[in-house]
Amino acid sequence: MKSKEYRLYLFLLPAFIMFTLFVFIPLFEGVRISFTNWNGYSQTYRYVGLYNYKSLFQSKLLKVAIVNTLMYGIICTVIQNVLGLCYAVYVNKKFALRNSVRLFIYLPAIVAGVIMGYMMYNIFQYSGGALNDIMVLFGAEKIDWLGDETRAKWIIIIVNSIQFVGVSMMIYLAGLQGIPSHLIEASMIDGANAFQRFIKIKLPLLIPAISSSFLINMIGGLKLFSIIFALTNGGPGISTHSMGTAINYLHFANENAGQAATAGLVLFCLIFFISLVMNKYFQGKEVEM
Amino acid sequence: MKKKGLFYNLLGIFIILFHFLPIYITLMTSLKQKSDLSSRWLPPNYLNLDNFRFVLEDKLFFLAVRNTFLITICSSIIVILVGAMTGYVLARKKGWISSFMLMLTMGVMMVPTISLIVPLYKVMLTLQGINTFWGIILLISTQYLPISIIIYSNFIKSIPIDLDEAAEIDGCGKVSTFFRIILPQLGSVTTSVIILNGVKMFNEFVFALYFLQTPDKKMVTTYISSFFSEVSNLNVASAAALLAILPVVLVYLSLQKYFIHTSIESMGK
Repeated sequence: MKSKEYRLYLFLLPAFIMFTLFVFIPLFEGVRISFTNWNGYSQTYRYVGLYNYKSLFQSKLLKVAIVNTLMYGIICTVIQNVLGLCYAVYVNKKFALRNSVRLFIYLPAIVAGVIMGYMMYNIFQYSGGALNDIMVLFGAEKIDWLGDETRAKWIIIIVNSIQFVGVSMMIYLAGLQGIPSHLIEASMIDGANAFQRFIKIKLPLLIPAISSSFLINMIGGLKLFSIIFALTNGGPGISTHSMGTAINYLHFANENAGQAATAGLVLFCLIFFISLVMNKYFQGKEVEM
Repeated sequence: MKKKGLFYNLLGIFIILFHFLPIYITLMTSLKQKSDLSSRWLPPNYLNLDNFRFVLEDKLFFLAVRNTFLITICSSIIVILVGAMTGYVLARKKGWISSFMLMLTMGVMMVPTISLIVPLYKVMLTLQGINTFWGIILLISTQYLPISIIIYSNFIKSIPIDLDEAAEIDGCGKVSTFFRIILPQLGSVTTSVIILNGVKMFNEFVFALYFLQTPDKKMVTTYISSFFSEVSNLNVASAAALLAILPVVLVYLSLQKYFIHTSIESMGK
């Protein structure tokens, strides 16, 4: 009997091997490569000590990429949550088109980010782009939307936010539908108006939804890669790089895999630290029912 | 009340148009000839399906679609089997081994793949897994394994343990209890796992970009990406993009109830 009991633990073996091969070993390898001058493909490399760390932390690319990554993460989270909550409250009402509205808001979220990026290029392109057609229609000058640093960053943020706002909407919708109706009825009897009901009753009960939506959007924004790859590929210059595209740029364009691995560790720590802080913050906020 | 309904519906139409805009503009672009410089807001005044024909006659497009389906299906099977097996042990066994495995699973969930992409490339070089399907299938499976393990483990916890015990009295070992008693009951939760992960697997870009580089091994995302960067014909590229998203859009439209159910269900956990 005992031996049969232990045979069950063999069930854990495939997952354990996969995690080891493709997560834990790469994690250690990543630390090791960050101390080398590996170029990304050759068999030979040298250990260079802390050189990659020193040069990376002095480089403009890392500063730009970290600032952008935080900007993408934070602003996308704000837009997606505010708009997502509004959408959720709206499609939670009863009207004929509510199911279609919900369907179309969520639709872009199932399209691959990189393909969405290219489709958006049809809108933001300088010559022939759909947006510039409108500018011309109103007699304004054409604008090189993706040619300017600040504008390009905002376009990346808006494209990403609009693509994935449906995810937040779904989370909030689930949260809203999970609120017991007797609480709402009780507050109505007590004379609370719609606004008071929302602030005092619904919002506190939505904290679990808010916390998962914030976390998902934040991590999604910090990992942003495909949309940037499709729309600007880091340009103009290096101004729109996120940590994700910077790693790709260092690895392939610069053939500096040692530095790319170092940048990977920086991103890892960044995401790890931010999700830890957010988890701690939201844990203290949940209300008991 | 009537007035409010009208307002909500009008707002709804506006929102639908707004979110459908990128697909609409891409559709209009894909229907036009390259020489047609009219606005992308307007449909062409002639019928032209040449762009779509061009893509559909491209052998590499079909290879990309086939590869993507192959990778998605194989990865799903691995994620389902390994996820259910691991989830079963985590749900039924107490002790340090289970706690340790749960900790590893939670840990892996926190690791963003893009941050490990360089050492992963090194590992795959060593394993000779670059440009192979098994390589990317294992990578994608590993990425979506943690969430599936958690979902299966939570679900199996809700199956009464009496069933296991009854099977054991009848002489069923733990291993065959899993295959005969537990596995047949996992239908609904497996649908959730497939929907939750399948679309993301189909849309995989970073792994495909790094690990499948030869033209005949591309996935749809990398095929479209090379189309936009190599071909200067935006009209053909737009047609390719629309054809590439067609499978997921069709699945989404036909299974929308499950999609909504799944996204709501997975958030509750």
